[in-house]
Amino acid sequence: MGIFSYLLPKKQNTASTAKERLQIIVARERSGRGGPDYLPQLQEELLAVVRKYVPVDPEAVNVQVDRESGCEVLELNITLPEGEDD
Amino acid sequence: MTKIVVVTSGKGGVGKTTTSAALATGLAMRGHKTTVIDFDVGLRNLDLIMGCERRVVYDLVNVINGDANLKQGLIKDKRVENLFILPASQTRDKDALTQEGVEKVLNGLRDMEMEYVICDSPAGIEKGALMAAYFADEAIVVTNPEVSSVRDSDRILGILSSKTRKAEQGEGDIPARLLLTRYSPERVDRGEMLSVGDVQEILAVDLLGVIPESQAVLNASNSGAPVILDLESDAGLAYADAVARFIGEERPHRFLTAAKKGLFGRLFGG
Ligand SMILES: Nc1ncnc2c1ncn2[C@@H]1O[C@H](COP(=O)(O)OP(=O)(O)OP(=O)(O)O)[C@@H](O)[C@H]1O
Ligand SMILES: [Mg+2]
Repeated sequence: MGIFSYLLPKKQNTASTAKERLQIIVARERSGRGGPDYLPQLQEELLAVVRKYVPVDPEAVNVQVDRESGCEVLELNITLPEGEDD
Repeated sequence: MTKIVVVTSGKGGVGKTTTSAALATGLAMRGHKTTVIDFDVGLRNLDLIMGCERRVVYDLVNVINGDANLKQGLIKDKRVENLFILPASQTRDKDALTQEGVEKVLNGLRDMEMEYVICDSPAGIEKGALMAAYFADEAIVVTNPEVSSVRDSDRILGILSSKTRKAEQGEGDIPARLLLTRYSPERVDRGEMLSVGDVQEILAVDLLGVIPESQAVLNASNSGAPVILDLESDAGLAYADAVARFIGEERPHRFLTAAKKGLFGRLFGG
């Protein structure tokens, strides 16, 4: 630093880049945890079945267990590709 | 009542052992009967940081296996009353730590009426780290303001919420608090380092303390005296504050802003 640093172009703020990247990766990793141990396997097999009929991306199948007022709900979301409504 | 505390991080080399030594010493200095256990089987180091490496005769695995009883395994600190150290074994056998064995040791410490048992976890998320955390009533997650350490801390928080005995018995998450170490306010000001606010926002846990990056930590490990004994150092004072907060006192956070420089420093300083 010192007097010469004022003459140099300002460096980019890498801390804010770090923060953004962390927020994204941490959110993604959190969503995949806390559920029962069979969840990843279930998701994989469901994906394979869906793919027999519709070509979907791996992210298209989303399995989640929610706890609602004392009972557990297995929530299944499958996003079909656009323009498949024939 | 004995409170079992795990000091953990996921990532290696972030300051778990430094923190375990400081916390245990600080609690004992305040009159609380405390034992600090090194769970880093194969890589014993807490003995060096506590300055008792030449007094190690038996270790955690010896006590678990019954080669020695608990009283023989514990090393009584020579500087501070009420402080005991149980060193890790140098064995390379990772299966030496069993759940029953660890439970037996902890029960023995309960019988001795320890107030706190500090478990210095090894790095990683393997057996050693799980064993150190399993019986904990409370956790301290040591984190550096750096991407891989923060991410690993989040993973460890996830593991803590499912893999402790309390979680398994349906007693819910154990309280976990963040200790941010090796913090450099100057670098935060320059936008080079995640701030304490950033890290707290990402991890969403209570803040136990912030320990500045400090030369005093190396001096302390060189001489085998936990840095909290050096109450003239910034790190020593920051650890003393963290210990006070740990036992429920309120302390403002210090060392979060860069030291102000004079005109000379501003013109020529680093
Ligand atoms: N606040 C600090 N300022 C400067 N150096 C520090 C600070 N805290 C820790 N260190 C240094 O970081 C290094 C690692 O510390 P320590 O051994 O406590 O980490 P650890 O998490 O126990 O490592 P491991 O995962 O290998 O068990 C040591 O060289 C120590 O001196
Ligand atoms: Mg260590």
